[in-house]
Amino acid sequence: MRSLILKEIDELIFNSLGIIIFIAIFIGGVVAIQTALNLTNPLIPKNLIGFATRQSVILEFAPTFTSIIMAGKVGSYITSSIGTMRVTEQIDALEVMGVNALNYLVFPKIIAMLFYPFAVAIAMYVGVFGGYLANIAGGYSSSGDFIEGLQMDFIPYHITYSFIKTAVFAFIIATIPSFHGFYMTGGALDVGKASTTAFVWTSVVIIISNFILTQLLLG
Amino acid sequence: MIEVNNLHKSFGKTHVLKGITTSFEKGKTNLIIGQSGSGKTVFIKCLLGLLNPEEGTISYEGKIYSKLSGDERRDLRQEMGMVFQGSALFDSLTVEGNVMFPLEMFTKQSYAEMKERVDFVLNRVNLVDAHDRYPAEISGGMQKRVAIARAIVMNPKYLFCDEPNSGLDPKTAILIDNLIQEITQEYQITTVINTHDMNSVMEIGEKIVFLKNGKKEWEGSNKEIFKTDNKAVTNFVYSSELFKKVRQMYIEERN
Ligand SMILES: Nc1ncnc2c1ncn2[C@@H]1O[C@H](COP(=O)(O)OP(=O)(O)OP(=O)(O)O)[C@@H](O)[C@H]1O
Ligand SMILES: [Mg+2]
Repeated sequence: MRSLILKEIDELIFNSLGIIIFIAIFIGGVVAIQTALNLTNPLIPKNLIGFATRQSVILEFAPTFTSIIMAGKVGSYITSSIGTMRVTEQIDALEVMGVNALNYLVFPKIIAMLFYPFAVAIAMYVGVFGGYLANIAGGYSSSGDFIEGLQMDFIPYHITYSFIKTAVFAFIIATIPSFHGFYMTGGALDVGKASTTAFVWTSVVIIISNFILTQLLLG
Repeated sequence: MIEVNNLHKSFGKTHVLKGITTSFEKGKTNLIIGQSGSGKTVFIKCLLGLLNPEEGTISYEGKIYSKLSGDERRDLRQEMGMVFQGSALFDSLTVEGNVMFPLEMFTKQSYAEMKERVDFVLNRVNLVDAHDRYPAEISGGMQKRVAIARAIVMNPKYLFCDEPNSGLDPKTAILIDNLIQEITQEYQITTVINTHDMNSVMEIGEKIVFLKNGKKEWEGSNKEIFKTDNKAVTNFVYSSELFKKVRQMYIEERN
């Protein structure tokens, strides 16, 4: 079981870090630029760019946006790998041996996804850094202003809120695609269809739970 | 000994198995034959407990499967080996990993002990140099042999094979048939094999159950099947030109 969990951590988390960092850096950059371009009123302080970047990245982009991407990347991997095992009777083979296949296949994925918040923490850091780079490169505000904005009115509870969301999303990303793979029927073509359906449902559930959690935790 | 009594299985409105009663003895190769779609795979999956029949009973050494507790079922399953129609090897494991898997899951043997057992069974199925290859990297016939090795690695009391030699050349097919029969006799396994291969019927058909449209149409041994007058059986057995000619010659010889 331990080696299975390590394999899943490698597959689900480490193999996703590249895309997560890539997306975070550019999204952070875009948030900074858009905020800057909308600050036409000279009365508004320039440190708002840093402030807005931090808030958007930490509250929304790092946890939610990354999770939608992961629902596609990790989710389709989970559905297709489990679904392939279903259609090629590998799951039946497990059951015949007396292995609890559902447990054997899904549990390691849920455990591996417990490490997902670390990936989101990296996305937060890199996203803010991307905002900083874009801000400096575009000459929108000084480095000092941006950093001052980053530190302004910091509410630690926002971090807690973000990580609660992330943990819930991690669970959703591990379970919904597993469910679609495990209980699918048919052949190879249906594996593809199951992956698509799983992605749609995973994103829908993430979006809705994001709304509910935000209302519950911040409202 | 496996006894099946009045087994019924449907999927929605399609009634696949319509009241099958038969029994399979220990140390014998029992064959289920019948056309594609006659319900062979569904039947064997009911025996394994992968499908739940709506009606009828299956008993192992007199114990009715559906009345076993969860723990008893798990124990029974560890005494079963199954070779699936498509081999069903674990893609992510090597040949050795596949065969070692049940040992890792259910025994407390050391790696050296497991390795010894794996080498032994792989040897038994004449696969000696494929240990580190993945299922995708070996031929269909080799996959079948790995599947057989995996099915017998735990010394099962019951061995089920769903078309173990379909898609293989006649020589390899016979090799696999003989292998299954040898193992069955050597370890006194209750073996049930699905097939529509007439060679297998002749070679290893100690007991044959002929299914037609989900019903048991005929049962007997390979000695009896070539003599029976049952129309459905002769139609099936002599559907190939080769066998028709053989029968023709047999009849001419007699006259
Ligand atoms: N999961 C299922 N859902 C619905 N119908 C099924 C299912 N499994 C099997 N059937 C139907 O049951 C019938 C018997 O199928 P089965 O796979 O047992 O045939 P078979 O004798 O093994 O054929 P083959 O020799 O081609 O393997 C078929 O008509 C099939 O369509
Ligand atoms: Mg079949």
